[in-house]
Amino acid sequence: MRRSRVPGRVLQALVAVFLYAPILVLIFFSFNSDKSRVSFKGFTLDWYKRLFENEQVLSALSLTLILALLSALIATVIGTVSAVGIYNMKKRPRKILLALNNVPVVNPDIITGVSLMLVFVLFVTFLRSLGVGAGLGFTTLLIAHVTFNIPYVILSVLPKLRQLNKNTYEAALDLGANPLRAYMRVILPEIMPGVVSGAIIAFTMSIDDFLISYFTTGTSVQTLPMRIYSMTRKRVSPEINALSTLMFVTVLALLIIINILQARDQKKKERRL
Amino acid sequence: MKKELIRLVDCTMAFDGEIVLNAINLTIHNKEFLTLLGPSGCGKTTTLRIIGGFETPTSGSVLFDGVRINEVPPHKRRVNTVFQKYALFPHLNVFENVAFGLRIPQSVPVTEGGKTRQKKVRLQEAEIGQRVQDALELVGLKGYHRRRVHQLSGGQQQRVAIARAIVNRPQVLLLDEPLGALDLKLRKEMQHELKEIQQQVGITFVYVTHDQEEALTMSDTVVVMNQGNIQQIGTPVDIYNEPVNAFVADFIGESNIIQGVMHRDNDVSFAGKRFLCVDSGFDPDQPVDVVIRPEDVRLTAPKDGQLRGTVNSVTFKGVFYEIYVDVGELEWMVHSTAAPKVGDEVGLCLTPEDIHVMDRPDLFPEGAEALTIEDIDPEPDFEDKYVDEEPPEAEL
Ligand SMILES: Nc1ncnc2c1ncn2[C@@H]1O[C@H](COP(=O)(O)OP(=O)(O)O)[C@@H](O)[C@H]1O
Ligand SMILES: [Mg+2]
Repeated sequence: MRRSRVPGRVLQALVAVFLYAPILVLIFFSFNSDKSRVSFKGFTLDWYKRLFENEQVLSALSLTLILALLSALIATVIGTVSAVGIYNMKKRPRKILLALNNVPVVNPDIITGVSLMLVFVLFVTFLRSLGVGAGLGFTTLLIAHVTFNIPYVILSVLPKLRQLNKNTYEAALDLGANPLRAYMRVILPEIMPGVVSGAIIAFTMSIDDFLISYFTTGTSVQTLPMRIYSMTRKRVSPEINALSTLMFVTVLALLIIINILQARDQKKKERRL
Repeated sequence: MKKELIRLVDCTMAFDGEIVLNAINLTIHNKEFLTLLGPSGCGKTTTLRIIGGFETPTSGSVLFDGVRINEVPPHKRRVNTVFQKYALFPHLNVFENVAFGLRIPQSVPVTEGGKTRQKKVRLQEAEIGQRVQDALELVGLKGYHRRRVHQLSGGQQQRVAIARAIVNRPQVLLLDEPLGALDLKLRKEMQHELKEIQQQVGITFVYVTHDQEEALTMSDTVVVMNQGNIQQIGTPVDIYNEPVNAFVADFIGESNIIQGVMHRDNDVSFAGKRFLCVDSGFDPDQPVDVVIRPEDVRLTAPKDGQLRGTVNSVTFKGVFYEIYVDVGELEWMVHSTAAPKVGDEVGLCLTPEDIHVMDRPDLFPEGAEALTIEDIDPEPDFEDKYVDEEPPEAEL
């Protein structure tokens, strides 16, 4: 006897509704010509226009993008080098470091945020006592983002290293390449898919972050999520719907890119076998 | 005699206190085709990696042209390797794989105004192109420049690996079971080609294999190894005809190995009979191994044989029959062009020259068994990264 597929389908549909309905509602109302969040009056792009005329939003947006780009870039470099280091370690220390690496990933953001803030405040106080003018701001924000992004890069690069043929690195040395050249010309191209998806994950994580940014920035510097938060505290403007829609679309696009990259990589591997 | 090129002096290699090379001494001459032959795990690859610079011996020295090179890293040695699994660069096409070594800037001394300094020079693109072309032609891959390596067959990848190594004109080429992954027919072809390549480019080949036939057909010198010890070094003919112990005899071609006693010079007994032989120089009544090649045993009528037996099995092998004869306590292997029937009573005849008397194998001579890691200088940057090939941990 064949079991009916209907209950499964219903369940899937329910999950989809719960997951995507809020986002669809948000997107829908971002095109609403009325300020109401209950009734749809007509289609408009006004909110998007207003958004791009809002100086504060624009500066928050550019800050977020710069922050995400820079922190992703730095974290990718540090994370990739660290992954190579961890890969080359002896078994025991490697296990320990990997466990340590996973801690920030599962640690609640609020704890990461608060603890980073404490460190920064301590450091700033120390600098001030030396007579150096310092405060929380873009630099501390950047350091914080780099910090929480590194583990993601390591986690995405390590599996690629494990897939390498051990002899390819030695073959490069054998042909006269010094270790640096061997890494740049042979290892890096091989692990590139992992490096790129690590960078994209870091970028999205950075755009997405609210809590850690909130604790580690100063009064003058606001990221986009923080901007949105403060806008909703005054009044919930449909501009926010538009802004959130844009952010959602951006992150979605990046996720799709990662998936395509991974699928392509998978196919390449299958062809090689 | 040819010029000495590489010499291993008392090279011992230990991994985690486990000795895998036991104070081996080996001299490799210029332009020689030398083969390391031995069963899997006997230390052939480790010896090759020591020459290539990928392992530093726990104790002992590696000399190149008389200079100690223990601490010279691989990229500074004029030695190139063809790895067991090719280790081609998957992201590069055939041309770029072969050109890899040529694109690396070389330091050359230049004299300017009376001062000599090192200068980095790169080869011209035209010269790189020409040399890659020549190398690919040499290995029979002309016209494959633009192929991706994963589009090539195993044999073709092997050729790329060889071209990639010899294009740099090394003084020594190390080859680790380069034909191991190929099918029999292709392997025979490649054996020929490799030998030709070696003679054409006129460089030293250090070749690793566990296939005795391959070793005998290709080499000038064969080094038979077992359990980290060198058993015998000699020409293929020497090794085949004059094996120094039963291990070598057995490993090089099939043999009947029978325990016997050497009473005095030219007088040995085994299988319950006394035989005349050509060997001498043993202690009186010393226990020995007697080695007899299957093709040296003559089958006769039962009454004419020195030994008698019953035919257990007969297998046709193309040029000869492989016959197993039950001779009391032992089953003998005999190769003969005539085929008796299973169950036939036959006689076995031996001439004195066919009886090879050998010392019982002593794998750890002169108390070497007592050797432990404490006796050996610890290697400061000793690495154990190959030990822990555990399956990748499950991760996010
Ligand atoms: N890096 C290593 N760490 C630990 N043991 C090793 C290492 N390399 C080789 N061995 C051991 O040394 C012995 C000889 O290995 P190898 O030289 O590869 O043998 P062969 O090439 O003759 O098959 C084997 O028992 C192997 O397990
Ligand atoms: Mg080996």
